[in-house]
Amino acid sequence: MNIKIPQYDINLEPFMERPPDFNNKSVLMQTEKGFKSEVINIVKLTSQEKLFQVRILDSCEREKFTFLPGQFVMLELPGCGEIPISISSSSSNREFIGLCIRKAGKVTGMIDRLEPGAIVGIRGPFGTHFPMQKMKGYNILLIAGGLGIAPLRSPIYWVNEQRSAYKDITILYGTREPGQILFDYQFEEWQKIYNLKLLTIIQEPDENWKGRVGLITDLFKEVRIDPDNTFAIVCGPPVMFKFVCAYLSDIGIPRQRMFVSLERRMHCGMGKCCRCNVGSTFTCLDGPVFDYWTVMNLKEAI
Amino acid sequence: MLFKTITKENFKKMVEALLEENEVIGPKSRDRDTEGNKIYRFLKINSFEELEMDYTRSYSSPKNYFLPFKEDLATYHFNDKGWEQEIQYTTHPRVIIGMRACDINALLKLDQVMLKSVYPNPHYFARRRNTLIIGLDHEPLEDCFCRSMNTDTVFHGFDLFLTDIGDRYFVAINSDTAYIILNKFDAGEVTEEDRERFKTVKKQIESKFKTQVDITILPELMDLEFESEVWKKWGDKCLSCGSCAMVCPTCYCYGIEEDTDLSFSKATKRKFLYSCNLLDFAAVAGGHNFRPDAHIRLKYRYYHQFRGFVEAFNQSLCVGCNRCGKACLAGISPKAVIDDLIRTEKLQK
Ligand SMILES: Cc1cc2nc3c(=O)[nH]c(=O)nc-3n(C[C@H](O)[C@H](O)[C@H](O)COP(=O)(O)OP(=O)(O)OC[C@H]3O[C@@H](n4cnc5c(N)ncnc54)[C@H](O)[C@@H]3O)c2cc1C
Ligand code: SF4
Ligand code: SF4
Ligand code: FES
Repeated sequence: MNIKIPQYDINLEPFMERPPDFNNKSVLMQTEKGFKSEVINIVKLTSQEKLFQVRILDSCEREKFTFLPGQFVMLELPGCGEIPISISSSSSNREFIGLCIRKAGKVTGMIDRLEPGAIVGIRGPFGTHFPMQKMKGYNILLIAGGLGIAPLRSPIYWVNEQRSAYKDITILYGTREPGQILFDYQFEEWQKIYNLKLLTIIQEPDENWKGRVGLITDLFKEVRIDPDNTFAIVCGPPVMFKFVCAYLSDIGIPRQRMFVSLERRMHCGMGKCCRCNVGSTFTCLDGPVFDYWTVMNLKEAI
Repeated sequence: MLFKTITKENFKKMVEALLEENEVIGPKSRDRDTEGNKIYRFLKINSFEELEMDYTRSYSSPKNYFLPFKEDLATYHFNDKGWEQEIQYTTHPRVIIGMRACDINALLKLDQVMLKSVYPNPHYFARRRNTLIIGLDHEPLEDCFCRSMNTDTVFHGFDLFLTDIGDRYFVAINSDTAYIILNKFDAGEVTEEDRERFKTVKKQIESKFKTQVDITILPELMDLEFESEVWKKWGDKCLSCGSCAMVCPTCYCYGIEEDTDLSFSKATKRKFLYSCNLLDFAAVAGGHNFRPDAHIRLKYRYYHQFRGFVEAFNQSLCVGCNRCGKACLAGISPKAVIDDLIRTEKLQK
């Protein structure tokens, strides 16, 4: 006698026909499928950073792709690698997404060499977002260090698009050197049109620098923060979180109204590779955006 | 659950029939250790005789038939318009014979991550659905602590589960496919006598557990003893070799490698199983490493097993097989580490 056990062919499942919808996390989908996307424009920002405008080619996939400020995508260069990058454009822009990328290693080094027209893969969006709805009726304090301004552009666009729903918006932005300031071409627009207050500060000025000199925390002397009516978003290098968040909680902003975006190594974005493990959870699932209360309760988060 | 019995002779016929048309995996000895004991692994078998139903413990776990060491996630074909992505899932049916209760419980835990939480994994799903599992009871070894982990018995996650009751196996049946197959080999109804023999065997198994690990307040201890010297004590011995995760039935973390073939016509995105004890597990661009020291990495392996996973799924990830303890050249075992943690806690009181 011989027995053949039944074969299960996953290729016959209906989900195989559909593009994956990463916002619908609980259903079976082709999680490795990257949306084929074209780099339609590249803006050189500094010697290290460029803004890549990336458009998903398939119209059906493009229409389905929606995200909220603070989320990230996995950007893949086939044959080279795949990396997490925050979305740095307006969530209402359905034509393309903006990714501000610093040349930092192997994959980002290759991305830096791309020309407009290059085809890349995008999976996502992944992760948590800033609670833009909850912030309505409040002041918002956005604090960015260095490349931390990239993920803040998305909430900045958001508040501008619904400006009357929010009260005072203040951006505190610090970098090491003047040459590292990103998106300065937008500063005038942010202040004049978006009606935001923007303060910048530089740690190591050159002879041409006429602005403030010091650490990001020095800017606190110049702004009046109403702790009962303010939400804070903090993005930047880990050292910055500690000082900034400690100060903000000292002046009385509840930890649940302070948000940070954490960075960890990531290879999936879906809670499977474990590389982004922080404390008892995963940065790609419960983060990258965490409230400060959660961060305090996660081992070695900052 | 349905129960039947099958004589060992008929079981042999059943395995032989399965071998005719399917890939069959089972415990097989390939080597001996320094003391002359057989080293078993789950490997493809070609005849019933190769199957060693009296095996003790397999060096590595059969998880790799669900989470292979290396797995192609996607292939890219380059063309003048860029590239086309191709994703292939397995449709290859397979039988695994001889999995222990702890190893099946390990699969159930992997199911939690791979199928029952966010982003179900289609590669794992396809393998799981194409695998017929025939489990097998055994008497615990000296160092098995699955009973402490509540994984010494299993009620689902398999197709058939066998308990040796002398000249026949007492069989728990968990799928229609398996039910149909079993019935082709004169499976018998369970008699009064079978039932009594089954109970005796089960009692005997239960009485043989020697190793206990106290996990009652372990999740809290993981936080309370986060700064404990115990982590340095064991962590400083750790060679950061990753063997523990390789042999563990529940470790599932991975890395990704992408390579392009020499003609630049094709690229592959490949997943390979990793270990959180390896040096660059949490290393990022710019030279920063979130876990630079061996003892911190070792601590996090335990933290995930006994704290993080409990928070997510209300159960520990570890099933108590002690494979990691056996494989570790530095002599680090969960029993030793956890006992120490409990002891420091007592000292401080
Ligand atoms: C949620 C999130 C959002 C991010 N957003 C941005 C952004 O908007 N702009 C930007 O320039 N960078 C961002 N990064 C960092 C960016 O992902 C890394 O700079 C990038 O992965 C480095 O890859 P590499 O191959 O060039 O570096 P290498 O040092 O050559 O790294 C080798 C591999 O390690 C992994 N890796 C290294 N560093 C990191 C890291 N910091 N995070 C995750 N994986 C890493 C990658 O998988 C990479 O393939 C973000 C990271 C995270 C986690
Ligand atoms: S605990 Fe043991 S097996 Fe695991 S990495 Fe350290 S030395 Fe290797
Ligand atoms: S005893 Fe070790 S190898 Fe076995 S499940 Fe627990 S951690 Fe994994
Ligand atoms: S990126 Fe893989 S688990 Fe978070």
